[in-house]
Amino acid sequence: MTTSQEGVSLGMPQLPAPDYPADVRARLEADAKEVIARYPDSRSALLPLLHLVQSEEGHVTRTGMQFCADVLGLTTAEVTAVATFYTMYRRKPSGDYQVGVCTNTLCAVMGGDAIFEDLKSYLGVGNNETTEDGKVTLEHIECNAACDYAPVVMVNWEFFDNQTPDSARQLVDDLRAGREVQPTRGAKLCTFKETARILAGFPDQREGAVDESGGAGPASLIGLRLAKGEVAPARVVHPRGEALRDERPAEHLSSHDAPQDTSASDPAHPAGPTAEEGE
Amino acid sequence: MTLAAEINETSPEKLLAPVLSAFWDEEKPWTLETYRRHEGYEGLRKALAMSPDDLIAYVKDSGLRGRGGAGFPTGMKWQFIPQGDGKPHYLVVNADESEPGTCKDIPLLFANPHSLIEGIVIACYAIRSSHAFIYLRGEVVPVLRRLHEAVREAYEAGFLGENILGSGLNLELTVHAGAGAYICGEETALLDSLEGRRGQPRLRPPFPAVAGLYACPTVVNNVESIASVPAILNKGKDWFKSMGSEKSPGFTLYSLSGHVASPGQYEAPLGITLRQLLDMSGGMRPGHRLKFWTPGGSSTPMFTDEHLDVPLDYEGVGAAGSMLGTKALQCFDETTCVVRAVTRWTEFYAHESCGKCTPCREGTYWLVQLLRDIEAGKGQMSDLDKLNDIADNINGKSFCALGDGAASPIFSSLKYFREEYEQHITGKGCPFDPAKSTLWADKHAEVNA
Repeated sequence: MTTSQEGVSLGMPQLPAPDYPADVRARLEADAKEVIARYPDSRSALLPLLHLVQSEEGHVTRTGMQFCADVLGLTTAEVTAVATFYTMYRRKPSGDYQVGVCTNTLCAVMGGDAIFEDLKSYLGVGNNETTEDGKVTLEHIECNAACDYAPVVMVNWEFFDNQTPDSARQLVDDLRAGREVQPTRGAKLCTFKETARILAGFPDQREGAVDESGGAGPASLIGLRLAKGEVAPARVVHPRGEALRDERPAEHLSSHDAPQDTSASDPAHPAGPTAEEGE
Repeated sequence: MTLAAEINETSPEKLLAPVLSAFWDEEKPWTLETYRRHEGYEGLRKALAMSPDDLIAYVKDSGLRGRGGAGFPTGMKWQFIPQGDGKPHYLVVNADESEPGTCKDIPLLFANPHSLIEGIVIACYAIRSSHAFIYLRGEVVPVLRRLHEAVREAYEAGFLGENILGSGLNLELTVHAGAGAYICGEETALLDSLEGRRGQPRLRPPFPAVAGLYACPTVVNNVESIASVPAILNKGKDWFKSMGSEKSPGFTLYSLSGHVASPGQYEAPLGITLRQLLDMSGGMRPGHRLKFWTPGGSSTPMFTDEHLDVPLDYEGVGAAGSMLGTKALQCFDETTCVVRAVTRWTEFYAHESCGKCTPCREGTYWLVQLLRDIEAGKGQMSDLDKLNDIADNINGKSFCALGDGAASPIFSSLKYFREEYEQHITGKGCPFDPAKSTLWADKHAEVNA
């Protein structure tokens, strides 16, 4: 610690960030070149490049920002200004799996608040904190455009629809135990770093990843099925659909023939299977 | 399971009109093969047979209006692009869907990305652009994965790239993932973000049509607006105008969410009512009634059960004192505390305020302080007028529409539910039990019954 005669510490200016090892830098430079080529103006590549450096280290480090500044001909101040503006760039080391619970109004009311509170105590971490094993970083997120599947939990930005405190506990247990976890909509989870690489604009290379979880979740299809004169499965299977059977019995199977409440499959996926109708 | 239900004027078969969602239930609806089986890229062929100016006029005549919130006529946006100016022109698709409650573009892109790509090619031909961008919010990796694949397929099939379908049109399409900022849904903030800067709105004029991306003429359109264009070309503007009303023609995606029996996507002609949608879909969850709802996301003033018969088109919702917005119909029942709902939305606006202008940055901060106190039973009666006053100092006085959006839930909730605010103050706390509002609240009750 430096102390001047007046007793006011001005501190030492921070030393420049250390560079990436030569092989890492060479690899990232090749990637960066590809990203920059997508844009008429190189600066447009900054957001994808920040995703790229995040895919290297799991968060945006000073080294990563220095790298972006170097390849784009910007100052580190310009890069830092951008990196700190957007919430998807992490500024400290975090877990392999980012578990985001939507607590914007609709999800919060539908149970997102309860899920988030429960996970905090269950995992023993606060918002934006990581479990001791380095597996799970918990955070609350804003509306993720899946309100018809509320309450929603995102893991590494894949959708886990219609969650409950129990299903969310199961989810984080599975993640921490290294068990395979299948999103309701999205592909089998990869790590946060691998996700960041997709966000940088490098397509997911895993066989079949694009095809996983079908074309649309049950809620996305509900209007279409009504328009086609089909019974939307959610109206029969889902507990919230019961009123319909009562209101329009003539159109429906007798209630004892309808699938029971428990048929909404396993607790991890209360929305039920996404592929219906003989798919 | 198909029912032989009688088809009458009030049946879903009559009231709904799946176009963009028509084949989402097929096995792999997102593939080029499925899309082409459903007349995909036929609209493009028809468009390329026209001159670009005729094409703009055609889309203008169809009456298509922006589906991202403001409802600005799409063809007119295209027409504003100056021609023969020697500058590159750009099309930027706003896929930053982040407005609370809004969930239409994400399922659309997940199931049917080619409708957007075809629309992009048509739009670029019209405005003479050779480079388009899709600005997708970053938090939806499953959608990004399918967009990457759909763009790859389109290049491979010759719908993107050099000399598309022998027309001489060259077009590059870049998929760009954002990084988590609601403000980037505002078109000029989106452009700054796409240029690699902090997403902050720009002063207008100049408008993007004159000086947009890289200071060049730029059209910024919502996903659903552009994705609707191929069907208009393929089936004709008269077909399109046969749906909806004269000023709000066509079909659109309505997203029903919250305490309803069947939340989900309902594609229908503009002008359907919430009552019709609820009637066909099983209504509110059993044993509950509608308390308040938003017609188009949290930034549109809320409605109550008085407004069930408001036609959900631009004019109808406007006349009733709100905005059609994104048609995000978030429905809350009587178990929901309106103060809690508004507090949470306001916290969102405060978090997402970009900080550029004082009314929004400071105003949203103070609204949150007041609302948290009221919700916790520590408020005073004078706080209610103060809320109104601060909201009034944000509304119309901010740099962009985020501020207006932040004021909407305050004004409208005080208008319809002032008593509930007062209850929190006089009763020194919230009279609601949040457990009763949850998805699983009634499940246990049913088991016990």
